[in-house]
Amino acid sequence: MKTGTVKQILLLTDGCSNRGENPSAMAALAREEGLVVNVIGVMSKDIIDERAMGEIEQIAIAGGGIHQIVYAEQLSQTVQMVTRKAMNETIQGVVNKELQQILGNQLTLEELPPEKRGEIMEVVEDLGETVKMEVLVLVDTSASMKHKLPTVKEALIDLSISLNARSGDNQFAVYIFPGKRAEAELVLDWSPRVESLSRIFEKLTTGGITPTGPAIREAIRHFKDKSSLRRLADDDESYSEETM
Amino acid sequence: MMMSHTVKRPCSFQIGTFMTGKWHRNRYELQKELGFGANGIVYQANSIQGTVAVKFSDNNATIASEVNVLKSFEKAQGDSLGPSLIDVDDYVVNGKVYSFYVMEFIQGDSLLTFLRKRGNEWLNVLSLQMLTQLEQLHDLGWVFGDLKPENLIIQRPEQRIRLIDVGGTTQKGRAIKEYTEYFDRGYWGLGGRKAEPSYDLFSLAMILMTAAYGKRIPKGEGGLKELRERVKEKKELAAIEPVLMKAFAGNYTCAGEMRRDLADIIHRKSSASNRPATVNRSRVQMRKAKGTQKKGRRMAETLFLILLVTVLYAIYMLGLIV
Repeated sequence: MKTGTVKQILLLTDGCSNRGENPSAMAALAREEGLVVNVIGVMSKDIIDERAMGEIEQIAIAGGGIHQIVYAEQLSQTVQMVTRKAMNETIQGVVNKELQQILGNQLTLEELPPEKRGEIMEVVEDLGETVKMEVLVLVDTSASMKHKLPTVKEALIDLSISLNARSGDNQFAVYIFPGKRAEAELVLDWSPRVESLSRIFEKLTTGGITPTGPAIREAIRHFKDKSSLRRLADDDESYSEETM
Repeated sequence: MMMSHTVKRPCSFQIGTFMTGKWHRNRYELQKELGFGANGIVYQANSIQGTVAVKFSDNNATIASEVNVLKSFEKAQGDSLGPSLIDVDDYVVNGKVYSFYVMEFIQGDSLLTFLRKRGNEWLNVLSLQMLTQLEQLHDLGWVFGDLKPENLIIQRPEQRIRLIDVGGTTQKGRAIKEYTEYFDRGYWGLGGRKAEPSYDLFSLAMILMTAAYGKRIPKGEGGLKELRERVKEKKELAAIEPVLMKAFAGNYTCAGEMRRDLADIIHRKSSASNRPATVNRSRVQMRKAKGTQKKGRRMAETLFLILLVTVLYAIYMLGLIV
């Protein structure tokens, strides 16, 4: 099996979008483009916003990804766990598809007797270790996120520690929304390291609106730009998302 | 534990549920919840084989992957690493498939509860036991990963420490599958998350620290300086400071090396406090014995010289007379 690329959008937010396109529709569009959208809801200790939680769940379901609500203090471990879990699910989806091609029917891991699953898992884990990861992070910088931003920065640096322990390549890009001039602003373009975020995050001013939908749209465009550039350079195969 | 108040429990079942496996048709009655974590839940259950532990996960692939680890542990010689594996099957309810595996039920307290009941004097011997097991596990090509007090059970009645929950157990050289921040060297700014023996040894040193304090001490800036200060504040930690600091710095390449260093300190300490003179006395005696031998030889030499001189002198005197 060829080692492809797992492409994810990771959305970090604490509330409801209030500007532009519907975020769930944009997430569904992302999924059509072979991306997975994971959403982490960063809450404050005393406030649980039911409506925000509902939106977070809907975005992740439409985007074929995972969602998780956490308090800011637990962000680091959650970010890396959600990212890796989603990566494994994508890979399992691909492996399941391969299985169906080989065995000719709707075969999933559960339809094999338990004794036979071990070998499949070894393949999945091999791929998880070597697959190329592209993670585009969307950080909500609306006013209520202000005091959570230092934790977000830590969590992203921590994510790069986790992913860089693998032998496969990693690329990260970071957008904030709202941006200074646009609905979403690129603060870190594709790079294997995210340490440079420290400087950017310290200077960040937070805004009033939450254009989550437009931010996801921008993320899709950024992925497309990258792959069209790459198509010029070489012919890279990419994994498309497939749920189990 | 880490996200207990944010995640809904993964696939929990009613206590008292009777379930029959889809493939092997074994029957289990869920009796009690033993614990749950980020990706699974473990029940104590009744079966034809007696009391067992049953693990479910919200992700069936996790079960298949942990079964691989437990099967590999079975190949280890001697004492068992981790709980032994009894059965692997699926429980189908309302058309939904829940994979599970059944393992040996290990009776005993978790590390911190045990120490609270029995006292910290047990910590040294438990550390040595743990290092022996880690060395075996590393030799099999694994790194335990999620090493923390909650994953260590002191089995009754043997008082032997056992590693449970292989959710973080990762092949050497790969990225650690699962960890708990507080016991993770990356969190303390002291290394990456590649599965190496030194990754587990860091966690172990952190466990000893937590055990000595009886709780997790809050992290400040992280780094070696902060950890050294915490070590110096507790007598039992200060006593093994060189070993702890070497483990924190990631300078042990294998568990055996750390075990030897720790054993050295423990034995030196116990001989110094309990049998103060034994070692020294025997050394003095040996030195004395060696000394006596030497002295004897020296005396014989002296005697011989005196005799020789006397004889020569006698001959000389005789010569003078003649």
